[in-house]
Amino acid sequence: MTAFSLDITLFAIKLALVFFVILTLAAYLVFAERRILAWVQDRKGPNRVGPFGLLQPLADLIKLLTKEDVIPGAADRWLFYLAPAMAAIPAILIFSVIPFGAPLTIFGRNLPLVVADLNVGLLFFLSLSSIAVYGVAIGGWASNSKYALLGGIRGLAQLISYELSMGLSLVPIVMLSRSFNMADIVAAQATIPFIVYQPLAFIIFMLSITAECKRIPFDLPEAEGELVAGFHTEYSGMRFGLFFVGEYINIIVLGGLAATFFLGGWHGPLLPPTVWFSFKTLAVAFFFIWMRGTLPRLRYDQLMHLGWKVLTPLALVNILITGWWLALK
Amino acid sequence: MQLLSDIQVIFGGFRVTLAHMLRKPVTIQYPEQKRVPYPRFRARIVLTRDPDGGERCVACYLCSAACPVDCISMQSAEREDGRRYAAWFRINFSRCIFCGLCAEACPTLAIQMTPDYEICTRDIMDLVYEKEDLLIDGCGKDASYNFYRHAGIGVTQTRGEGLEETPPVDVRALMP
Repeated sequence: MTAFSLDITLFAIKLALVFFVILTLAAYLVFAERRILAWVQDRKGPNRVGPFGLLQPLADLIKLLTKEDVIPGAADRWLFYLAPAMAAIPAILIFSVIPFGAPLTIFGRNLPLVVADLNVGLLFFLSLSSIAVYGVAIGGWASNSKYALLGGIRGLAQLISYELSMGLSLVPIVMLSRSFNMADIVAAQATIPFIVYQPLAFIIFMLSITAECKRIPFDLPEAEGELVAGFHTEYSGMRFGLFFVGEYINIIVLGGLAATFFLGGWHGPLLPPTVWFSFKTLAVAFFFIWMRGTLPRLRYDQLMHLGWKVLTPLALVNILITGWWLALK
Repeated sequence: MQLLSDIQVIFGGFRVTLAHMLRKPVTIQYPEQKRVPYPRFRARIVLTRDPDGGERCVACYLCSAACPVDCISMQSAEREDGRRYAAWFRINFSRCIFCGLCAEACPTLAIQMTPDYEICTRDIMDLVYEKEDLLIDGCGKDASYNFYRHAGIGVTQTRGEGLEETPPVDVRALMP
Protein backbone atom coordinates (compact mmCIF):
# COMPACT_ATOMS: atom_id res chain seq x y z
CA MET A 1 0.00 0.00 0.00
CA THR A 2 1.47 3.30 -1.00
CA ALA A 3 1.70 6.23 1.36
CA PHE A 4 -0.90 8.12 -0.63
CA SER A 5 -3.52 5.40 -0.58
CA LEU A 6 -2.90 4.91 3.15
CA ASP A 7 -3.58 8.59 3.67
CA ILE A 8 -6.77 8.36 1.65
CA THR A 9 -7.94 5.28 3.58
CA LEU A 10 -7.28 6.84 6.95
CA PHE A 11 -9.07 9.98 5.87
CA ALA A 12 -12.08 8.02 4.62
CA ILE A 13 -12.27 6.08 7.90
CA LYS A 14 -12.08 9.31 9.88
CA LEU A 15 -14.77 10.90 7.72
CA ALA A 16 -17.11 7.92 8.03
CA LEU A 17 -16.56 7.79 11.77
CA VAL A 18 -17.28 11.51 12.21
CA PHE A 19 -20.42 11.25 10.08
CA PHE A 20 -21.68 8.24 11.98
CA VAL A 21 -20.98 9.72 15.40
CA ILE A 22 -22.50 13.11 14.57
CA LEU A 23 -25.71 11.69 13.11
CA THR A 24 -26.14 9.12 15.90
CA LEU A 25 -25.43 11.74 18.51
CA ALA A 26 -27.98 14.09 16.93
CA ALA A 27 -30.62 11.35 16.99
CA TYR A 28 -29.85 10.54 20.60
CA LEU A 29 -29.81 14.20 21.53
CA VAL A 30 -33.46 14.33 20.47
CA PHE A 31 -34.10 11.41 22.80
CA ALA A 32 -32.04 13.01 25.59
CA GLU A 33 -33.92 16.25 25.19
CA ARG A 34 -37.26 14.49 25.48
CA ARG A 35 -36.15 12.60 28.57
CA ILE A 36 -34.57 15.61 30.29
CA LEU A 37 -37.53 17.87 29.52
CA ALA A 38 -39.77 15.16 30.92
CA TRP A 39 -37.73 15.05 34.12
CA VAL A 40 -37.95 18.82 34.42
CA GLN A 41 -41.72 18.47 34.19
CA ASP A 42 -41.85 15.55 36.69
CA ARG A 43 -42.60 13.05 33.93
CA LYS A 44 -40.66 10.00 32.73
CA GLY A 45 -40.51 10.69 28.99
CA PRO A 46 -40.27 8.06 26.24
CA ASN A 47 -39.27 4.77 27.91
CA ARG A 48 -41.18 2.15 25.93
CA VAL A 49 -39.09 1.34 22.86
CA GLY A 50 -36.21 -0.86 23.94
CA PRO A 51 -34.47 -0.72 27.33
CA PHE A 52 -35.05 2.74 28.87
CA GLY A 53 -36.53 3.79 25.53
CA LEU A 54 -33.09 3.74 23.92
CA LEU A 55 -34.46 2.59 20.55
CA GLN A 56 -36.82 5.56 20.38
CA PRO A 57 -34.68 7.44 17.79
CA LEU A 58 -34.92 4.38 15.52
CA ALA A 59 -38.68 4.25 15.90
CA ASP A 60 -38.88 7.98 15.17
CA LEU A 61 -36.76 7.49 12.06
CA ILE A 62 -39.01 4.71 10.77
CA LYS A 63 -42.06 6.84 11.48
CA LEU A 64 -40.65 9.87 9.66
CA LEU A 65 -39.52 7.82 6.68
CA THR A 66 -42.85 6.09 6.22
CA LYS A 67 -44.99 9.19 6.65
CA GLU A 68 -46.60 10.88 3.69
CA ASP A 69 -44.49 13.68 2.28
CA VAL A 70 -47.02 16.45 1.74
CA ILE A 71 -46.11 19.32 -0.57
CA PRO A 72 -48.53 22.26 -0.56
CA GLY A 73 -50.10 22.91 -3.96
CA ALA A 74 -49.00 26.53 -4.05
CA ALA A 75 -45.44 25.78 -2.90
CA ASP A 76 -42.36 26.55 -4.95
CA ARG A 77 -41.46 22.90 -5.46
CA TRP A 78 -37.73 23.03 -6.09
CA LEU A 79 -36.97 25.49 -3.33
CA PHE A 80 -39.25 23.47 -1.07
CA TYR A 81 -37.17 20.37 -1.81
CA LEU A 82 -33.91 22.24 -1.37
CA ALA A 83 -34.55 24.06 1.92
CA PRO A 84 -34.22 21.14 4.41
CA ALA A 85 -30.89 20.17 2.89
CA MET A 86 -29.72 23.76 3.06
CA ALA A 87 -30.54 23.79 6.75
CA ALA A 88 -28.86 20.47 7.60
CA ILE A 89 -25.76 20.40 5.37
CA PRO A 90 -24.00 23.57 6.65
CA ALA A 91 -24.51 22.31 10.20
CA ILE A 92 -22.64 19.08 9.40
CA LEU A 93 -20.00 20.91 7.37
CA ILE A 94 -19.10 23.19 10.27
CA PHE A 95 -17.94 20.16 12.23
CA SER A 96 -15.25 19.51 9.64
CA VAL A 97 -13.09 22.30 11.08
CA ILE A 98 -13.49 21.36 14.75
CA PRO A 99 -10.54 19.44 16.23
CA PHE A 100 -12.10 16.72 18.36
CA GLY A 101 -8.94 15.16 19.76
CA ALA A 102 -5.18 15.35 20.01
CA PRO A 103 -3.34 14.44 16.77
CA LEU A 104 -2.77 10.68 16.56
CA THR A 105 0.14 8.75 15.10
CA ILE A 106 -1.01 5.69 13.13
CA PHE A 107 1.30 3.56 10.93
CA GLY A 108 4.05 6.09 11.44
CA ARG A 109 2.11 9.01 10.05
CA ASN A 110 0.56 11.99 11.74
CA LEU A 111 -3.23 11.99 11.73
CA PRO A 112 -4.82 15.19 13.02
CA LEU A 113 -8.23 14.47 14.55
CA VAL A 114 -9.98 17.13 12.52
CA VAL A 115 -11.59 16.57 9.14
CA ALA A 116 -10.23 19.71 7.48
CA ASP A 117 -7.37 21.53 9.17
CA LEU A 118 -8.10 24.88 7.53
CA ASN A 119 -5.98 27.89 8.41
CA VAL A 120 -9.15 30.01 8.33
CA GLY A 121 -11.34 27.53 10.24
CA LEU A 122 -13.04 30.24 12.27
CA LEU A 123 -14.00 32.22 9.17
CA PHE A 124 -15.20 29.00 7.53
CA PHE A 125 -17.51 28.44 10.50
CA LEU A 126 -18.84 32.00 10.34
CA SER A 127 -19.53 31.79 6.62
CA LEU A 128 -21.26 28.41 6.89
CA SER A 129 -23.46 29.57 9.73
CA SER A 130 -24.50 32.44 7.45
CA ILE A 131 -25.42 29.95 4.73
CA ALA A 132 -27.56 28.04 7.22
CA VAL A 133 -29.83 31.11 7.32
CA TYR A 134 -30.90 30.33 3.75
CA GLY A 135 -32.45 27.02 4.78
CA VAL A 136 -34.80 28.82 7.16
CA ALA A 137 -35.53 31.71 4.80
CA ILE A 138 -36.08 29.57 1.70
CA GLY A 139 -38.10 26.99 3.63
CA GLY A 140 -40.37 29.76 4.91
CA TRP A 141 -40.66 31.37 1.50
CA ALA A 142 -41.17 28.26 -0.60
CA SER A 143 -44.00 26.89 1.59
CA ASN A 144 -46.23 29.77 0.43
CA SER A 145 -47.94 29.84 3.80
CA LYS A 146 -48.30 32.90 6.01
CA TYR A 147 -47.02 31.16 9.12
CA ALA A 148 -44.00 29.76 7.34
CA LEU A 149 -43.25 33.09 5.72
CA LEU A 150 -43.46 34.94 9.04
CA GLY A 151 -41.22 32.31 10.60
CA GLY A 152 -38.76 32.64 7.75
CA ILE A 153 -38.67 36.43 8.06
CA ARG A 154 -38.13 36.20 11.79
CA GLY A 155 -35.43 33.60 11.31
CA LEU A 156 -33.65 35.77 8.78
CA ALA A 157 -33.71 38.86 10.99
CA GLN A 158 -32.74 36.94 14.11
CA LEU A 159 -29.87 34.99 12.59
CA ILE A 160 -28.40 38.05 10.89
CA SER A 161 -28.60 40.08 14.12
CA TYR A 162 -27.05 37.43 16.30
CA GLU A 163 -24.40 36.43 13.81
CA LEU A 164 -22.97 39.89 14.31
CA SER A 165 -22.56 39.53 18.06
CA MET A 166 -21.35 35.95 17.64
CA GLY A 167 -18.65 37.01 15.19
CA LEU A 168 -17.63 39.96 17.37
CA SER A 169 -17.45 37.78 20.48
CA LEU A 170 -14.94 35.56 18.67
CA VAL A 171 -12.59 38.43 17.75
CA PRO A 172 -10.93 38.45 21.21
CA ILE A 173 -10.29 34.71 20.79
CA VAL A 174 -8.44 35.37 17.56
CA MET A 175 -6.57 38.23 19.23
CA LEU A 176 -5.48 35.99 22.09
CA SER A 177 -4.51 32.96 20.03
CA ARG A 178 -3.23 35.04 17.06
CA SER A 179 -4.71 32.55 14.60
CA PHE A 180 -7.89 31.67 12.71
CA ASN A 181 -6.89 28.02 12.78
CA MET A 182 -8.96 25.96 15.19
CA ALA A 183 -6.04 23.69 16.08
CA ASP A 184 -3.99 26.77 17.01
CA ILE A 185 -6.87 28.15 19.05
CA VAL A 186 -7.04 24.87 20.98
CA ALA A 187 -3.28 24.79 21.36
CA ALA A 188 -3.35 28.30 22.82
CA GLN A 189 -5.62 26.98 25.60
CA ALA A 190 -3.31 24.16 26.64
CA THR A 191 -2.87 25.58 30.14
CA ILE A 192 -5.77 27.97 30.73
CA PRO A 193 -9.02 27.89 28.71
CA PHE A 194 -10.12 31.20 27.23
CA ILE A 195 -13.26 31.31 29.37
CA VAL A 196 -11.02 32.51 32.20
CA TYR A 197 -9.72 35.44 30.14
CA GLN A 198 -12.96 36.11 28.28
CA PRO A 199 -15.99 35.40 30.48
CA LEU A 200 -17.96 38.22 28.83
CA ALA A 201 -17.18 36.94 25.33
CA PHE A 202 -18.25 33.46 26.48
CA ILE A 203 -21.62 34.72 27.72
CA ILE A 204 -22.18 36.69 24.50
CA PHE A 205 -21.16 33.67 22.43
CA MET A 206 -23.48 31.32 24.33
CA LEU A 207 -26.46 33.68 23.95
CA SER A 208 -25.67 34.18 20.27
CA ILE A 209 -25.36 30.48 19.45
CA THR A 210 -28.63 29.85 21.29
CA ALA A 211 -30.22 32.32 18.91
CA GLU A 212 -28.20 30.82 16.06
CA CYS A 213 -29.66 27.34 16.51
CA LYS A 214 -33.12 28.80 17.15
CA ARG A 215 -33.52 27.38 20.63
CA ILE A 216 -35.70 28.60 23.46
CA PRO A 217 -35.61 31.42 24.61
CA PHE A 218 -34.81 32.56 21.06
CA ASP A 219 -37.03 30.14 19.11
CA LEU A 220 -39.03 32.88 17.42
CA PRO A 221 -38.71 31.43 13.89
CA GLU A 222 -40.73 28.42 14.99
CA ALA A 223 -42.69 29.90 17.94
CA GLU A 224 -45.36 27.20 18.14
CA GLY A 225 -47.67 29.42 20.17
CA GLU A 226 -47.98 32.02 17.43
CA LEU A 227 -46.75 30.52 14.17
CA VAL A 228 -47.87 26.86 14.38
CA ALA A 229 -44.33 25.62 13.66
CA GLY A 230 -42.82 28.65 11.95
CA PHE A 231 -40.71 28.09 8.88
CA HIS A 232 -41.29 24.30 8.80
CA THR A 233 -45.08 24.46 9.25
CA GLU A 234 -45.76 22.91 5.83
CA TYR A 235 -43.07 20.23 6.01
CA SER A 236 -43.85 16.63 6.83
CA GLY A 237 -42.17 13.25 6.80
CA MET A 238 -38.42 13.08 6.37
CA ARG A 239 -38.18 16.64 5.04
CA PHE A 240 -39.38 17.85 8.40
CA GLY A 241 -37.05 15.27 9.93
CA LEU A 242 -34.12 16.84 8.13
CA PHE A 243 -34.93 20.28 9.57
CA PHE A 244 -35.32 18.65 12.96
CA VAL A 245 -32.10 16.65 12.82
CA GLY A 246 -30.31 19.69 11.40
CA GLU A 247 -31.31 21.62 14.48
CA TYR A 248 -29.80 18.98 16.75
CA ILE A 249 -26.66 18.61 14.65
CA ASN A 250 -26.40 22.37 15.04
CA ILE A 251 -26.59 22.03 18.81
CA ILE A 252 -23.78 19.47 18.85
CA VAL A 253 -21.65 21.49 16.45
CA LEU A 254 -22.17 24.75 18.31
CA GLY A 255 -21.49 22.94 21.57
CA GLY A 256 -18.26 21.69 20.03
CA LEU A 257 -17.41 25.22 18.95
CA ALA A 258 -18.09 26.60 22.43
CA ALA A 259 -15.80 23.88 23.77
CA THR A 260 -13.12 24.70 21.18
CA PHE A 261 -13.21 28.47 21.56
CA PHE A 262 -13.70 28.87 25.29
CA LEU A 263 -13.52 25.60 27.23
CA GLY A 264 -10.08 24.46 26.10
CA GLY A 265 -11.10 22.11 23.30
CA TRP A 266 -9.77 18.60 23.85
CA HIS A 267 -7.37 19.66 26.60
CA GLY A 268 -8.04 18.21 30.00
CA PRO A 269 -6.38 16.19 32.72
CA LEU A 270 -6.36 12.37 33.09
CA LEU A 271 -9.00 11.37 30.54
CA PRO A 272 -8.23 10.95 26.81
CA PRO A 273 -8.60 14.12 24.70
CA THR A 274 -11.59 12.91 22.66
CA VAL A 275 -13.46 12.08 25.86
CA TRP A 276 -12.79 15.55 27.20
CA PHE A 277 -14.02 17.09 23.96
CA SER A 278 -17.22 14.99 23.96
CA PHE A 279 -17.81 15.78 27.61
CA LYS A 280 -17.53 19.53 27.05
CA THR A 281 -19.70 19.39 23.92
CA LEU A 282 -22.41 17.38 25.64
CA ALA A 283 -22.27 19.65 28.69
CA VAL A 284 -23.09 22.62 26.45
CA ALA A 285 -25.84 20.58 24.78
CA PHE A 286 -27.24 19.69 28.21
CA PHE A 287 -27.20 23.35 29.13
CA PHE A 288 -29.25 24.11 26.00
CA ILE A 289 -31.82 21.50 26.98
CA TRP A 290 -31.89 22.72 30.56
CA MET A 291 -32.42 26.25 29.29
CA ARG A 292 -35.31 25.06 27.14
CA GLY A 293 -36.95 23.59 30.21
CA THR A 294 -36.50 26.82 32.16
CA LEU A 295 -36.87 30.02 30.16
CA PRO A 296 -39.89 31.39 28.30
CA ARG A 297 -39.66 32.73 24.76
CA LEU A 298 -38.60 36.33 24.23
CA ARG A 299 -40.84 38.78 22.43
CA TYR A 300 -39.62 39.89 19.01
CA ASP A 301 -38.72 43.45 20.10
CA GLN A 302 -36.96 42.10 23.20
CA LEU A 303 -34.93 39.79 20.98
CA MET A 304 -33.86 42.65 18.71
CA HIS A 305 -33.21 44.88 21.71
CA LEU A 306 -30.96 42.26 23.30
CA GLY A 307 -29.09 41.58 20.09
CA TRP A 308 -28.48 45.08 18.81
CA LYS A 309 -28.48 47.23 21.94
CA VAL A 310 -26.84 44.89 24.45
CA LEU A 311 -24.81 42.04 22.95
CA THR A 312 -23.26 43.79 19.96
CA PRO A 313 -22.07 46.91 21.87
CA LEU A 314 -20.82 44.70 24.72
CA ALA A 315 -18.88 42.56 22.26
CA LEU A 316 -17.33 45.70 20.72
CA VAL A 317 -16.35 47.02 24.16
CA ASN A 318 -14.91 43.60 24.95
CA ILE A 319 -12.72 43.76 21.85
CA LEU A 320 -11.44 47.19 22.88
CA ILE A 321 -10.68 46.00 26.42
CA THR A 322 -8.91 42.91 25.10
CA GLY A 323 -6.83 45.02 22.71
CA TRP A 324 -5.90 47.41 25.51
CA TRP A 325 -4.96 44.52 27.78
CA LEU A 326 -2.87 42.84 25.05
CA ALA A 327 -1.11 46.12 24.31
CA LEU A 328 -0.24 46.60 27.99
CA LYS A 329 1.05 43.06 28.39
CA MET B 1 -30.79 47.32 40.26
CA GLN B 2 -33.01 45.90 37.53
CA LEU B 3 -30.32 43.89 35.73
CA LEU B 4 -29.08 42.18 38.89
CA SER B 5 -32.57 41.15 39.96
CA ASP B 6 -33.27 39.88 36.42
CA ILE B 7 -30.16 37.72 36.51
CA GLN B 8 -31.08 36.51 39.98
CA VAL B 9 -34.56 35.54 38.77
CA ILE B 10 -33.18 33.68 35.75
CA PHE B 11 -30.79 31.66 37.89
CA GLY B 12 -33.61 30.99 40.34
CA GLY B 13 -35.52 29.45 37.44
CA PHE B 14 -32.55 27.28 36.52
CA ARG B 15 -32.28 26.12 40.12
CA VAL B 16 -35.97 25.18 40.23
CA THR B 17 -35.82 23.17 37.00
CA LEU B 18 -32.69 21.37 38.18
CA ALA B 19 -34.43 20.46 41.43
CA HIS B 20 -37.38 19.08 39.45
CA MET B 21 -35.00 17.13 37.20
CA LEU B 22 -33.72 15.26 40.24
CA ARG B 23 -37.17 14.66 41.71
CA LYS B 24 -39.03 11.37 41.30
CA PRO B 25 -41.51 11.56 38.39
CA VAL B 26 -45.19 11.40 39.23
CA THR B 27 -46.00 9.30 36.15
CA ILE B 28 -48.09 6.16 36.65
CA GLN B 29 -46.86 3.54 34.15
CA TYR B 30 -50.36 2.59 33.06
CA PRO B 31 -50.56 -0.97 31.82
CA GLU B 32 -48.19 -2.19 34.55
CA GLN B 33 -49.26 0.15 37.32
CA LYS B 34 -52.92 0.97 37.65
CA ARG B 35 -54.29 3.71 39.80
CA VAL B 36 -57.09 2.59 42.08
CA PRO B 37 -60.06 4.90 41.54
CA TYR B 38 -62.26 6.13 44.35
CA PRO B 39 -65.54 4.23 44.93
CA ARG B 40 -67.56 7.11 43.50
CA PHE B 41 -65.42 7.32 40.35
CA ARG B 42 -67.76 7.53 37.34
CA ALA B 43 -67.00 4.92 34.70
CA ARG B 44 -68.77 1.86 33.28
CA ILE B 45 -72.52 1.91 33.95
CA VAL B 46 -74.31 -1.14 35.39
CA LEU B 47 -77.88 -2.15 36.09
CA THR B 48 -78.25 -3.51 39.62
CA ARG B 49 -80.68 -5.84 41.29
CA ASP B 50 -82.65 -5.32 44.47
CA PRO B 51 -81.81 -7.29 47.66
CA ASP B 52 -84.36 -9.94 46.71
CA GLY B 53 -82.65 -10.60 43.39
CA GLY B 54 -85.20 -8.94 41.12
CA GLU B 55 -84.33 -6.33 38.51
CA ARG B 56 -84.45 -2.83 39.92
CA CYS B 57 -85.07 -1.17 36.60
CA VAL B 58 -88.71 -0.26 36.00
CA ALA B 59 -88.09 1.13 32.50
CA CYS B 60 -89.31 4.62 33.37
CA TYR B 61 -87.10 6.26 30.69
CA LEU B 62 -85.85 8.92 33.15
CA CYS B 63 -82.21 7.97 32.57
CA SER B 64 -82.72 8.06 28.84
CA ALA B 65 -84.35 11.49 29.15
CA ALA B 66 -81.62 12.81 31.41
CA CYS B 67 -78.80 11.59 29.19
CA PRO B 68 -77.25 14.64 27.49
CA VAL B 69 -75.81 12.58 24.64
CA ASP B 70 -78.79 10.26 24.18
CA CYS B 71 -76.79 7.08 24.57
CA ILE B 72 -79.41 5.15 26.57
CA SER B 73 -82.35 3.49 24.88
CA MET B 74 -84.80 0.84 26.08
CA GLN B 75 -88.22 -0.67 25.57
CA SER B 76 -90.51 -0.95 28.57
CA ALA B 77 -92.68 -3.99 29.22
CA GLU B 78 -94.96 -5.18 31.98
CA ARG B 79 -95.06 -8.50 33.71
CA GLU B 80 -98.30 -10.33 34.38
CA ASP B 81 -98.38 -9.14 37.96
CA GLY B 82 -98.09 -5.53 36.82
CA ARG B 83 -94.40 -5.10 37.62
CA ARG B 84 -92.59 -3.11 34.90
CA TYR B 85 -89.26 -4.07 33.39
CA ALA B 86 -87.14 -3.23 30.35
CA ALA B 87 -87.66 -5.64 27.46
CA TRP B 88 -84.32 -4.49 26.13
CA PHE B 89 -81.93 -1.93 27.50
CA ARG B 90 -78.99 -0.53 25.55
CA ILE B 91 -76.18 1.87 26.45
CA ASN B 92 -73.87 3.03 23.71
CA PHE B 93 -70.59 3.59 25.56
CA SER B 94 -68.99 5.05 22.49
CA ARG B 95 -71.25 8.07 23.03
CA CYS B 96 -71.44 8.02 26.82
CA ILE B 97 -69.65 10.93 28.50
CA PHE B 98 -69.83 9.38 31.98
CA CYS B 99 -71.57 12.43 33.45
CA GLY B 100 -73.62 10.32 35.87
CA LEU B 101 -76.89 12.16 35.19
CA CYS B 102 -78.63 8.84 34.45
CA ALA B 103 -77.63 7.47 37.84
CA GLU B 104 -78.84 10.67 39.49
CA ALA B 105 -82.15 10.52 37.67
CA CYS B 106 -82.88 6.87 38.48
CA PRO B 107 -85.70 6.62 41.04
CA THR B 108 -85.06 2.92 41.73
CA LEU B 109 -81.24 3.17 42.01
CA ALA B 110 -81.06 0.60 39.22
CA ILE B 111 -78.58 2.38 37.00
CA GLN B 112 -75.28 3.06 38.74
CA MET B 113 -71.75 4.15 37.90
CA THR B 114 -68.83 1.86 38.70
CA PRO B 115 -65.10 2.66 38.93
CA ASP B 116 -64.22 0.20 36.12
CA TYR B 117 -62.65 2.56 33.58
CA GLU B 118 -61.02 0.02 31.27
CA ILE B 119 -63.72 -0.60 28.70
CA CYS B 120 -61.99 0.41 25.49
CA THR B 121 -61.98 -2.09 22.61
CA ARG B 122 -60.73 -2.36 19.04
CA ASP B 123 -64.22 -2.68 17.56
CA ILE B 124 -66.54 0.22 18.28
CA MET B 125 -69.60 -2.04 18.09
CA ASP B 126 -68.29 -3.84 21.17
CA LEU B 127 -69.00 -0.66 23.09
CA VAL B 128 -72.75 -1.03 22.59
CA TYR B 129 -73.79 -2.82 25.78
CA GLU B 130 -77.06 -4.76 25.83
CA LYS B 131 -79.11 -5.52 28.92
CA GLU B 132 -77.35 -8.81 29.62
CA ASP B 133 -73.99 -7.00 29.52
CA LEU B 134 -75.21 -4.30 31.87
CA LEU B 135 -77.13 -6.35 34.43
CA ILE B 136 -75.09 -7.49 37.44
CA ASP B 137 -75.95 -9.90 40.23
CA GLY B 138 -75.75 -7.42 43.07
CA CYS B 139 -77.16 -4.33 44.65
CA GLY B 140 -74.33 -1.96 43.85
CA LYS B 141 -73.95 1.01 46.14
CA ASP B 142 -77.26 0.86 48.03
CA ALA B 143 -77.57 -2.69 49.24
CA SER B 144 -80.85 -2.44 51.17
CA TYR B 145 -83.00 -0.39 48.84
CA ASN B 146 -85.90 -2.07 47.13
CA PHE B 147 -88.11 0.30 45.16
CA TYR B 148 -91.15 -1.94 45.11
CA ARG B 149 -91.05 -2.32 48.91
CA HIS B 150 -91.68 1.44 49.10
CA ALA B 151 -93.80 2.15 46.07
CA GLY B 152 -95.10 -1.10 44.72
CA ILE B 153 -98.62 -0.68 45.98
CA GLY B 154 -100.97 -2.91 44.15
CA VAL B 155 -98.14 -4.59 42.30
CA THR B 156 -95.98 -6.56 44.70
CA GLN B 157 -97.89 -5.92 47.87
CA THR B 158 -101.28 -4.71 48.87
CA ARG B 159 -101.96 -1.31 50.37
CA GLY B 160 -100.41 -0.84 53.80
CA GLU B 161 -97.75 -3.49 53.46
CA GLY B 162 -95.01 -1.23 52.13
CA LEU B 163 -92.14 0.10 54.24
CA GLU B 164 -92.75 3.47 55.92
CA GLU B 165 -96.35 3.12 54.95
CA THR B 166 -99.15 3.36 57.47
CA PRO B 167 -102.07 1.00 56.98
CA PRO B 168 -105.06 2.53 55.15
CA VAL B 169 -107.59 4.26 57.30
CA ASP B 170 -111.17 3.10 57.08
CA VAL B 171 -112.86 6.48 56.60
CA ARG B 172 -116.21 5.10 57.66
CA ALA B 173 -114.75 4.02 61.00
CA LEU B 174 -113.04 7.37 61.47
CA MET B 175 -115.80 8.96 63.48
CA PRO B 176 -115.27 11.32 66.39
